[in-house]
Order: sequence, then C-alpha cells, then structure tokens
Amino acid sequence: MSIVQLTRRQLLVAGTALTMALGAPAFAQTPPGVLVVGQIAEPKALDPAAVTAVNDFRILMNVYDGLVRYKDGTLEVEPALATEWSISEDGTEYTFTLRDGVTFHDGSAFDAEAVKFNFDRMLDENHPFYDTGPFPLSFFFSAIDKVEAVDPKTVKFVLKEPYAPFLSNLAYPTGLIVSPASVEKHGSDFGRNPSGTGPFKFAEWRPNEAVVVEANPDYWDGAPKLQAVVFRPITDASTRTAEMLAGGIDLMVEVPPVALSQFQGETYTLHEQAGPHLWFLILNAKEGPFADKLVRQAANYAINKEAIVNEVLEGTAEVAAGPTPPAFAWAYNENLTPYAYDPDKARELIAEAGADGAELTFYVTEGGSGMLDPVAMGTAIQADLEAVGFDVKIETYEWNTFLGEVNPGLEGKADMAEMAWMTNDPDTLPFLALRSEAFPDKGGFNSGYYSNPEVDALLEKARRATDQEERADLYKQMQEIVHEDAPWVFVANWKQNAVTSDRVEDFQLQPSFFLLLDDVAKN
Amino acid sequence: MGGYIARRLLSAVPVLLGITVIVFLIMALIPGDPATAILGSYATPENVARINRELGLDEPLWRQYLIWLGNMLQGDFGQSFALNRPVLDEVVERFGATLILAGTAFVLCALLGVIAGTISAANQYGFADKAITFAVLLGISIPSFFLGMMMILLFAVRLRWFPVSGMWPIYGARDAAALFSHLAMPALALAVVATGVIARLSRSALLEVLRQDFIRTARAKGVHERSVIWRHALRAAMVSILPVLGIQAGFVLSGAVYIEIVFQWPGIGRMLVDAILRRDILLVQGGVIVVAACYVFFNIVVDVAQSLLDPRIRT
Repeated sequence: MSIVQLTRRQLLVAGTALTMALGAPAFAQTPPGVLVVGQIAEPKALDPAAVTAVNDFRILMNVYDGLVRYKDGTLEVEPALATEWSISEDGTEYTFTLRDGVTFHDGSAFDAEAVKFNFDRMLDENHPFYDTGPFPLSFFFSAIDKVEAVDPKTVKFVLKEPYAPFLSNLAYPTGLIVSPASVEKHGSDFGRNPSGTGPFKFAEWRPNEAVVVEANPDYWDGAPKLQAVVFRPITDASTRTAEMLAGGIDLMVEVPPVALSQFQGETYTLHEQAGPHLWFLILNAKEGPFADKLVRQAANYAINKEAIVNEVLEGTAEVAAGPTPPAFAWAYNENLTPYAYDPDKARELIAEAGADGAELTFYVTEGGSGMLDPVAMGTAIQADLEAVGFDVKIETYEWNTFLGEVNPGLEGKADMAEMAWMTNDPDTLPFLALRSEAFPDKGGFNSGYYSNPEVDALLEKARRATDQEERADLYKQMQEIVHEDAPWVFVANWKQNAVTSDRVEDFQLQPSFFLLLDDVAKN
Repeated sequence: MGGYIARRLLSAVPVLLGITVIVFLIMALIPGDPATAILGSYATPENVARINRELGLDEPLWRQYLIWLGNMLQGDFGQSFALNRPVLDEVVERFGATLILAGTAFVLCALLGVIAGTISAANQYGFADKAITFAVLLGISIPSFFLGMMMILLFAVRLRWFPVSGMWPIYGARDAAALFSHLAMPALALAVVATGVIARLSRSALLEVLRQDFIRTARAKGVHERSVIWRHALRAAMVSILPVLGIQAGFVLSGAVYIEIVFQWPGIGRMLVDAILRRDILLVQGGVIVVAACYVFFNIVVDVAQSLLDPRIRT
C-alpha cells in the first residue's frame, strides 16, 4: 500500500539478486589458452595502412606479416613473407623472392600481385582502392617509384633515389601486407574486417569492449600456442592496474610508474625493454642564449638526468647520451657518454658565454605520445636550470596545440621545448630533425634551427649507402658531432614495460615496442 | 495541454540550432586539428595539408558548417576520423550505455533521496533525521570518482565480488545478471551525490508542506500519520521536488563522465573526452548535439510533469 512497504519488497528483490551475484565467483578467472591483453585505447582500425598508433600496431603485428620483420630482440631485419632479396648496385632496385604456399586468412593466395596491390593502394591516387584511406604514414614509402610483379613469386621495387631505411620501413606496421581480396570485398570497411597472413586470424570486434583474434593453425612460421587473444581497451591507467590485480586481464602494457610497486612478488612478472625512443629538449640555436654552443652544453651539464629517470620516472627510462637511442645497437656509438650532472661546469660555461641570468621561455606539454611525464619532468628541468642562474618561464600546452606551436619552429616564441620521438630506423629522427634542409619552412622538424654542414653530409651519405656497416659508421660519426654541438638536451630513453600474470609463459617485449604473441603460452 | 507541449517543443528548435553553431565553432576554433592528432610527431605542414584535404577540412568554415548541418538534417552525422565508423552508430551505442548507467543511478537516487528526505522531515531533529543528515553530508562531500576507485579496490580487487570495469563479461552470457554485476558499482557510485542533494531538498520541501493548514486538517480529522506524510504531504511537496529531480537528472548524466572513465563504462561521456583529445570533430559535434537534445527534452518533460501537478503553471 504505502511506499515503504513497496521498498521493503524491492529491497528483498535487490538483496536476492545481490546474493546471486556474489555466489558467482566467475570474475577472477580468464580461460586457459586465451590471453586477455589490457590495451590503452580502442583501436581505430585493423588496416595497417590506415593507422598510426602503437596501440593499434600491437594488434596488427599479430594478424599480419610484412615482407621482412625485425629479428627477435633487435631492430635488424630478417626474412618474413619474402625469403630473400637483392639490392641493385646503385641502391634503387630491391628484388624480393616471396615465400611459397602462403595464403591469407580469407583463403586467397599471397603472391607478387598482392604485394603490388598493397603499395599501389597507398601511393597511387588513381588506384581503385585509394579511397579506402587516408593513409597517414604512406610517406614511409614515398621513395617508391613503381612496384613490379615480375612473376608470381618475385616482386621488384624501383625507388626514385637510393633510400637505405627502405627495408626497415618494410618491417614497420605500415608495410604489413593485407589481403587484396578482402579489401575488394569490404572496401572502406576493411579496417573492421581485416585479413592478413599472420599467426592470428581476426574473429570479432565488439566496439569499446574487445577485439578477439584466434590462432591460425596453418601459420607458415608454426601455429601459435595460444587459442585466442582478447585485446581489451582500458583507457584509464588506474583501472587497468586494478583489472590486472583483480585477474581480469593477463597482460598489461604501459604500467604507470607509480603502480610498479603493486606488481612485486611471485604472482606477477614485470618486463622491461628499452626501445628506439628519445626524450629531449629542442634548443633554439638561431636566437637568444642557446645560439651559443657553450650555453647549449651548459644546459646539458646543468640538468640532473639521473634524478629525472630515477625519481620522476621511477626507473622506467635510462639516461640518453646522444641523438640515437642505444636500441639501434648496430648504429649506436658506444663511445658516447651522457653529459654528466655538473652544475659548476655549467656555471663556468655560462659565465664564459656571458649568458648569466638569461631569461628562457620553455614550452612544456601536458601529455602526448611518448612524452612520459612531461609536466613533472619540465618542472624538474626548470629547477635545475634556475639553480645555475637562468630565469626559466614555463608555458604549458595541451598536446595538439603544443605540436602546432613547436613544429613550425621556435623562432620568436621560445628558447626550448620538450619533444619525444619513437622511430624504427636510425635515419628517421636526425634526418627529419637535425639537417639544415629540415628547417620547419622546408617541411622538416628541425624546430631549433640546428645547422652543421658536416652532419648534413653524413646523413645524406648514410641514406644512400646500401651496406649496413658503412651506414653504421656514418651514423656513429654523426652522433659524435651532434653530441658535441648539443642542439638538444639529451634526456632519456624510455623503457617500455608490461606486466604478465604467473599463468603467462614465454612472453618477451621487443625493442621495436611491438607486441608479438605467437610464442606465448597461457595455462 | 497539447498546445502547451507543442509550444515547448517548438521553442526547442532555435535552442538546438544555436547549439549546432556553438559546438561547431568551438571545435573549429580550438587549436590543434585532426590531422595533427592523427599524424602526431609526423605532422609536417605537407602531411597535414594532405590529410586535411582528404578529410574535407580545407573547405571554408561556413561551407563546412552548412554541409555538416545539411547532412545531419538528413540523418547523416558523418564518419568518425579516429574510430573509422559512422558517428551515429557510435553515438547511439554509447548513449544507450550511458542511459542504462545514468537511468539506474537516477532511479536509485530519486527513490532513496525522496524516501530519506521524507523520513528525515517526518522525524525532524529525531535520531533518524540526524543519522540521515550525517550520511547525506558524507555522500555529498565524497568526489564520485574517488568513491568509485575505492569501491573498485575493495569490492573488485580485494573481495572479488564484482568485476572491475566494463559493461559486459568478455566471456559468458550477456544476460541481466551479467549486466547487473557490471552495473552495480558504477550506478551506486554515480547515485551517491545526487541522493544526498535530493534528500536535503526533499526534507525542506516536506517540512514546508507539513506546516500548512491542510495537514493540520488531515491530522485533526484523524487520518493516520503515515498516510498524512506519504500521501498528502509528499504529494504536495512533489511540486517543488520534481524540478530538483529534473536538475539532478542532468547532473547524473554529466557526472557519468567521471564514473564512465573510472569504471571504463562504454558510455558517451568517455567517448566525448576521447574524441576531444583526438580532435575527432564530427564525433564531438554529433555527441554533443545528441546530449544537448536530451537535456532540452528532459527539461520539457519536467515542465510538463510539473504543469500536470500544478495547473497554474500552464499558461
């Protein structure tokens, strides 16, 4: 009759429902043979040509193969869908022999025409399926003049000019090979109906819940041990941590530094792997105090990088020595040592340059791809620079706005800016951000206007060299000069991390930051 | 009555049109564009221009607006850049999830709030009143996202009674029990603050009514006290409680943003936050329009309900 009685009844119903829910202890356990991965965001598409985010690459690398791939634990290429290749004397013709008997998940055959289709789709505006884009990273292959299917098992790439990073770019997700038959069938919906040749086949995409892939028993490199992988997007880092602790996921990527202590002990394994990442400060070498090399070096000495990586980043990064991350083992100059933390030396250099008490405008971002903890790092850097006599004014911007300010160049606006890059070839970052030809008004990323003809020449030459040892030698020389000229403050190389539960076996992070699951098992 | 409703609906048209202009301008004028968001570090002017051209963002603003508005009136909200699927599919799906969460939370807070407020008023300064007032103040003062985090740690991580996040289990049936187990914590966390507000305002509304003559008359003619409170007084007080419920419905809907992030509920609040960060212009615009239309609609519903209770408002 009255509301109170009604609620009592409702209370009873609710109570019963609650007890039923409590009786079902199903929430903790994920099934054996099925790996549940906690991802950081909903993927955009499962079309390798159309996406740019590492988050999406983590799925793609398990569904597709490229012509070549990175050798386990390195950033050196090895055969994948191509079994061997030859490079012409002048470095403009790459001829690949394709693997026999490989089929796409949709049953169609993998052959030279399929390879040609993939690159024409991205690069040729008149290709019938060019409209399945846009293809934001197609410029990775802008050196290609044409692709020829010589015979079903041979494909030839003709380049406009010699371009040494070409092989490495083929190993990048943008170079993964998709099934032409499926693109023809699904058109611009291919990104939600993907088909490749990889160890896992696409099974299901439940928007904002999960992407499910299943084992491909016919995989040319051996069937995977897992039956299926579920990629769950969990954007909030604290919630991702809680899911890991509650057993709702088996593998978690990008563990926030503050949460690392939760995963000590037997139940979890913490994986760490330094990758091709560099976090640095761009210094404005065109005007203001940093136009003087001594002041740029002083900034490198003044900043306590050890404290930044160990305290601000809780050990999730290593101190960087120069412009090339050590993950590029073959091209990294081992003789380089990081600028020591030496405030006295910094003061000396500043006095010598007459830059005492200089005012600096410092662009800081709130967050962004690869930027780690930019506000806390910026504040620590500000304190270190003020300790040696600079007057540092921080201006903070949201990431997209920040890129809009920094990429067109710092001239007339700022003396320094935070920046981070993740690349797949030692050529990319210095070529795009340190050459005189890469000033912002010429379409490059040299926002600090560093210019050294010697560096320019070394980088041009390295790009044309086809011999890896020769290239390595040129990059090593470049690193020494850049280290000395200090156009940037070299701060940190990020170590990617992941946590697995004790049910997961044989998992390893890769220096490429890709997530490869074909050898992983779960009990 | 029909004329009143028609007038109210008609007055919503310019409001919605104004919202389209504002949301379009905001997305056009904030720094950063979708091309930069897509390309990240690789955003050279050349690449940005290429992507903008392919997305149709190189047209003049007024043209972009008219194209968008024209398409929308025909039911085409466009394609999301970041999710690569039709905006309307995404918005409808996500808004459905939000309505389930916010609807449950709203029913919870309306019921609990009005009941608590009524009990409080009926026992003014008594033990029940003090206990409820204390609980209500506590509820109002805890930020909902913090409460949500604490609930996760206790009930999901430690006790494992409920799943941490999401709306459906990754495996198993998608039935009412599965939904309930995922819904319980976020709905409760979302309802707490609004329950407090509704309880406080119900209490004062009821106290005011209880001082009026007709209550004294009812008591004098021997009506049972329970009936006086729950039938006569509460009904009269509903006239001033209803608009509060309307405002709180809006509050619950906007408060859902934090809860959706903490519990990874696939709702529209979380969708909008992600879309803004990715500069997913069409998704933000479509999402805001749908939410705004709902707000306008809620307001009309509340006004109409109020006019049913109190015919003097119907002018």
